[in-house]
Amino acid sequence: MDIFLQQVLNGLVLGSVYALVALGYTMVYGILGLINFAHGEVVMIGAMVALTVMNAMAGMGTALPPQIVLAAAVVTAIGVCMALSFSIERVAYRPLRRAPRLAPLITAIGVSILLQNLAMLIWGRQYHTFPRIVSATPHNIGGASITDLQIIIIAVCAAIMTGLLLLVHYTRLGRAMRATAENPTVAGLMGVNINRIISATFVIGAAMGAVAGVLVAANYSIAHYSMGFTLGLKAFTAAVLGGIGNLGGAMLGGLLLGLIESIGAGYVGDLTGGFLGSHYQDVFAFLVLVLVLVLRPTGLLGERVAERA
Amino acid sequence: MKTWVASLVGLRRDRRALWVGYALVAFVLAVLPFAIDNSIGRTWVRVLDFALLYALLALGLNIVVGFAGLLDLGYVAFYAVGAYTWALLASPQLGLHLPFWVILPLGAGVAALFGVLLGAPTLRLRGDYLAIVTLGFGEIIRIFLNNLDHPVNITNGPIGINRIDPIQIAGIDLTRNHEFFGIAFSGAHFHYYVFLMLALASMFVCIRLEDSRIGRAWIAIREDEVAAQSMGINTRNVKLLAFAMGATFGGIAGGLFSSFQGFVSPESFILLESIMVLCMVVLGGMGHVSGVVLGALLLATLPEVLRHTASPVQQQLFGKVILDPESLRMLLFGLALILVMLLRPSGLWPSPTRRREFADTKEQR
Repeated sequence: MDIFLQQVLNGLVLGSVYALVALGYTMVYGILGLINFAHGEVVMIGAMVALTVMNAMAGMGTALPPQIVLAAAVVTAIGVCMALSFSIERVAYRPLRRAPRLAPLITAIGVSILLQNLAMLIWGRQYHTFPRIVSATPHNIGGASITDLQIIIIAVCAAIMTGLLLLVHYTRLGRAMRATAENPTVAGLMGVNINRIISATFVIGAAMGAVAGVLVAANYSIAHYSMGFTLGLKAFTAAVLGGIGNLGGAMLGGLLLGLIESIGAGYVGDLTGGFLGSHYQDVFAFLVLVLVLVLRPTGLLGERVAERA
Repeated sequence: MKTWVASLVGLRRDRRALWVGYALVAFVLAVLPFAIDNSIGRTWVRVLDFALLYALLALGLNIVVGFAGLLDLGYVAFYAVGAYTWALLASPQLGLHLPFWVILPLGAGVAALFGVLLGAPTLRLRGDYLAIVTLGFGEIIRIFLNNLDHPVNITNGPIGINRIDPIQIAGIDLTRNHEFFGIAFSGAHFHYYVFLMLALASMFVCIRLEDSRIGRAWIAIREDEVAAQSMGINTRNVKLLAFAMGATFGGIAGGLFSSFQGFVSPESFILLESIMVLCMVVLGGMGHVSGVVLGALLLATLPEVLRHTASPVQQQLFGKVILDPESLRMLLFGLALILVMLLRPSGLWPSPTRRREFADTKEQR
């Protein structure tokens, strides 16, 4: 009983981070039809920049309150990631908007390789311990334990996602974004500045990615130059699971993927009589993905059939 | 310049000159490993061997992605299936030591079977959904290879399978040194010739396939699936055939890889490998056989060249090695991918038809 609850809690924490990253993928895909492979790397850079800022401020000697350190780190990370994502779109994707579909995909892969190795040059190959700022004392809920940090992760993710939904549905910018996703040409004719909207989409996605990067690094208290790739892959899987191009779908897909992973990993050993161990965690995630797509090729919430493919 | 091109075109029409040209190319290809061995060392013959293997892989993926237009991000799964089939049938792992001529078709067949198995459930998917599902399949296969060492030890887990039998053709062990007609051949040389033969044969098959009934059906599906179907093409079978055919190439390359290396482990079949082969196809010129081979040869050798020059050049420029050469070479590699795509979005050497299409494409995504 309590093991089940524990796995659900872990899954929720993991899933809300997946959802946050998945939103970055799904927003870009919804507008450009491009798998932005570099997004996972942007998330990693966010974590690394935050780490550097924190270490620098700790090294200054004067003991600043941890809240200020954390805020400064997060704000810097968001700023760097926004600038980075903006320039990636400008340099690597915009010139290829009318090129064959696979060309921007290859530049995305190129950017991803480039950023990952740039990070390796800057921060080195080693694993960095991420400073512990929030207390790690576990609270007891019905036999399962949850730390302050995990509560904060869920709360922050929920807040950001609500904010995004409000932005997309109730502001001028949001309406322009929806119009561009629907049909870029017509949106342009209606007076929407498409280039600006696309840049805005990348920048917003990057900001959320930066926050997600800090949260992941804080959760595992580790940051590493290659942490972005797998995270990005999982998040993209989540986005597809929910129906790519659909904001609600990305959130649902992220949470589901997190839950499936942690519950699957927790029970796969018992279910198969010890034949399969918890190493099959990733197989579970992908199997569910394949099943969902085979039965419902547009994802769980996807209404737009993939006819443009 | 112009007269030179004109004379070349003229030469192409002249039958006898054409044969002389073929003979020249054949001669260059035949002496290439010796020239490389004597000038820059045996490592580079091995690099060349791997480049030819990648050419095989890229040709296989080109059938799926370039001809049929099905974006496959898990192609390395078939490579892995071929490699492990070979490794299990010709190593002490299961105590089996089947001969080359038995395993080669068997490995290809098993890979083709996997191609159909993985292809069948994904037939309804299009575009990027297909990409992500194939990616998932690739990862699933790798995770299974990584974990099938208990409760029954089949793949030996992350350690991989060791001491795989070398290829033996006509009683000659390809990993040993031999001497024919007073010329010393090493293992790297032998493998070069075997791989070269297979690569040339595959190129021939691909070129013939492209102009065949099946090849045209693939291209029709790539251009417009609904239209192809209404013209009477059985899209299901034809797509499955593309998957199976591509997988066969992957399986053969995988088998050769495992016997050439002598060992296999799941490490060799990560997602990055699939992406690398895809890059070869797209960078070279999707759907164009010669372009794809060019892309494979370039992308397989470029990182090696960078590996060997990254440190010495820094040493010369700054007097010491400032940047980690390993990440520097991948960094340059990423940069090269971006630059080539920005400057030539349809690939380095696109097929003439595709170039024309691209020239008058206005709105294409």
